[in-house]
Amino acid sequence: MDFKLDPADEAFRAEMRAFIRANLPEDVARRGRRGYHPTHDDVQRWQRILNAQGWGAINWPAEHGGVDWSPLRRFLFQMELKAAGAPVEDQSALELVGPVIYTFGSQAQKDRYLPAILNADEFWCQGFSEPNAGSDLASLRTRAVRDGDEFVVDGQKIWTSEAHKADMMFALVRTNSEVKPQAGISFLLIDMKSPGLTVRPIYTINEGLSVNEVFFDSVRVPAENLVGEENRGWSYAKFLLTNERAMSAEVPHTHHDLELLKDIAAVEILNGRPIAEDPLFAAKIAKLEVDLLALEYAVLRVLHTPEDDASLNAVSSVLKLRGAELRQRVSELSVEALGEYGLAVFPDVEGQDNMDKLAPVPPAPDYAAGHLSKAMFRRATTIYGGANEIQRNIIAKTVLGL
Amino acid sequence: MDFSLSPEQQALKDSAARFVEREYGFEARNALLRGDRFSAQHWATFAELGWLGAGLSEEEGGFGGGPIETAIVAEELGRALALEPFAPCAVMGVRALLAQASEAQREALIEPIISGESICVLAHGERAGRGEDAHVAVKAAKSNDGYKLSGRKCFVLGGPHADAFVVSARTSGQTTDRRGVSLFLVAADAQGVDIVPYHGVDGRMVCDLVLDQAALSADALIGEEGGALDAVELALDHGLASLCAEAVGAMDAALWMTRDYLQTRSQFGVTLNTFQALQHRMADMLVETELARSMLYRALAALETDDPLKRRMDVAAAKAQIGEAGHFVGAWAVQLHGAIGTTEEHPVGHLYKRLAFVRNFMGASDVHLARFAAWSAEAKAQDAHGQAARAGRKADDRRRTSPVSD
Ligand SMILES: Cc1cc2nc3c(=O)[nH]c(=O)nc-3n(C[C@H](O)[C@H](O)[C@H](O)COP(=O)(O)OP(=O)(O)OC[C@H]3O[C@@H](n4cnc5c(N)ncnc54)[C@H](O)[C@@H]3O)c2cc1C
Repeated sequence: MDFKLDPADEAFRAEMRAFIRANLPEDVARRGRRGYHPTHDDVQRWQRILNAQGWGAINWPAEHGGVDWSPLRRFLFQMELKAAGAPVEDQSALELVGPVIYTFGSQAQKDRYLPAILNADEFWCQGFSEPNAGSDLASLRTRAVRDGDEFVVDGQKIWTSEAHKADMMFALVRTNSEVKPQAGISFLLIDMKSPGLTVRPIYTINEGLSVNEVFFDSVRVPAENLVGEENRGWSYAKFLLTNERAMSAEVPHTHHDLELLKDIAAVEILNGRPIAEDPLFAAKIAKLEVDLLALEYAVLRVLHTPEDDASLNAVSSVLKLRGAELRQRVSELSVEALGEYGLAVFPDVEGQDNMDKLAPVPPAPDYAAGHLSKAMFRRATTIYGGANEIQRNIIAKTVLGL
Repeated sequence: MDFSLSPEQQALKDSAARFVEREYGFEARNALLRGDRFSAQHWATFAELGWLGAGLSEEEGGFGGGPIETAIVAEELGRALALEPFAPCAVMGVRALLAQASEAQREALIEPIISGESICVLAHGERAGRGEDAHVAVKAAKSNDGYKLSGRKCFVLGGPHADAFVVSARTSGQTTDRRGVSLFLVAADAQGVDIVPYHGVDGRMVCDLVLDQAALSADALIGEEGGALDAVELALDHGLASLCAEAVGAMDAALWMTRDYLQTRSQFGVTLNTFQALQHRMADMLVETELARSMLYRALAALETDDPLKRRMDVAAAKAQIGEAGHFVGAWAVQLHGAIGTTEEHPVGHLYKRLAFVRNFMGASDVHLARFAAWSAEAKAQDAHGQAARAGRKADDRRRTSPVSD
């Protein structure tokens, strides 16, 4: 073991910081520091800047358009991005489906989809969950029946994040119902403009739009959009879900939120003094920070674990579990720090996804915007990507052997 | 002590529950959320059913009840996530008036509120005064024929629905002096009064009340000049208890809604209630709900004592405890519902939002915990002082009766 950061890594970090400072558009950064989902345009603008630099997909190998950075450098880059307020990238594309396509996809699929992801020409959404297939994902029922050189898809997905903005969906569909559930699932790429496909928005408790229902009524999908082999979709999905969990610690994000929280606590007044000086509140911030420091090292440990190490799956559950809880705590504390104005609903005036288009903006300081929205939306962090209860089941079974 | 409801109290609870069931269903409430976030018709019904005066004795102009009756109504309204300003008007507005107003003012002001004609809410909190009830920076300057008020009241719950405000303002002293706080009745449409509306996380309307040389006649002063802080604190305590009652209603609703959901939702070929991890979580939610209810009753008892320190302590204790318990129950109710719980489309998320509101409104849990610690120390010091005094008296008595000292 050797925990020292290499001076070369430090230099790398400084270089990244300088690049971001010089290239991240000011208005994009300002919006990014608020608590709302980034707009399509902001994500696209920033992604194109990164891509032009050759950094469009830092978690992909260089041969597919990624980079050959060490895991640590990837992490440092993420920290710098979040600290600067860069918008969250299209994670469905870059972190979920991209790796599936370059690992299991055909050459034609790689050529067709990867460059469009890198340049944010196409946005993606993840069509896994269904009304009756949540935690028990393998019980999904959306059917795809082969008809010549097409599949005909019927059924319904739900909780599909960003489906209302996406160009493409990667979906798990049932192609065989005679076998055990996991063995009859395939992985399909579906054009969101396909006839017979409709999207219905579902507003979440932050009064915003990010999840949707997607209905398939005899949607015809070219057979060439099948990834890998028919009925092998479950193994690709498992590969993908492990990636989803590993990234879900969201340490860089929580770090950034913690800094914002400290800024708020320095100016908000309680009992005539900044709330940062209130012993009870200061202790809560400190406890959060301590927990985050521990989690950060857990992430670094995982990043340095070889990918074929069997324990990786279970440790990624640890990250998911605690990371999701910290994201909730930091946003709840930010709301508390803001006092009653923390309870005021700020419409996302620069976004398009407000539920109440006419809601007035509260007369509170500008820095109060977005924290309540985060605190509400983040009830979901312990639910999506495998709920915390499911992560505990995985840890109990696979690590503890219970 | 008697923890069972009297027949009259039971009837009140039943009538509230019936109303809520018939008129305040999820869809009906959503329709309000898309509009004014308030129903004048509901408010009229509240008046008609006697709820707006349910917490007042007959001498106070009400129907012979007290804090328990207020809590019964508030709990049902909390269960229904009602949007109308019951606590700000029928509890805090009325309590402030009752405690401070002259006989003649009470006569003139209370009846229109109880009958639903006037919605009059307390406007006391200011941004820089967080944590300090005595903090009043809004100034009332004497003018020729009355007063001119200037300053800003923040996050006034129900303010946008009100036709009048009971506003605390400083007539003398420094910003945090206990003396020098006065109450004024300010009409919503008066000159120099600007109402800046917005909405809170639980969907209810709130506003900032901006006073810019708002000219009031001399009779807008409620009761005597300068000594209104005790009345304000009493009103705040009644309001906090009412808020706690709302939370208990919402917790109870969230608890049983989640129980029912686990019994019907299937994953992995079984209903969710069969997972022991979830059973234990629900057991914890029940524990928190029961203790919250018990704490609420304690606070209601405290409202009826005439010892302000004890009252303030128990109410702060209740707010600290119920605020956290409510968040626990609400957050786990959402978690156990899975994704549907995080949407606007299911009531459980709205229950969570009400509980999140209660947790931080009128002082977050730690604010009340810190106050409780300070007051508890004060009570102990008083106690010790009292004991010393009693001990001193006994010694005196002995001396008087002792043959030796003669
Ligand atoms: C904001 C948001 C965004 C999402 N985005 C996407 C997306 O883009 N694409 C997509 O496909 N899906 C998405 N999801 C869906 C998400 O993956 C599911 O919500 C998740 O898998 C849980 O399923 P469920 O909501 O049906 O809950 P359920 O599975 O019904 O679970 C309900 C509760 O029961 C618990 N539970 C279930 N089984 C067990 C067990 N065996 N032991 C103990 N407890 C158990 C759960 O932990 C949970 O607390 C999203 C969800 C949210 C909230």
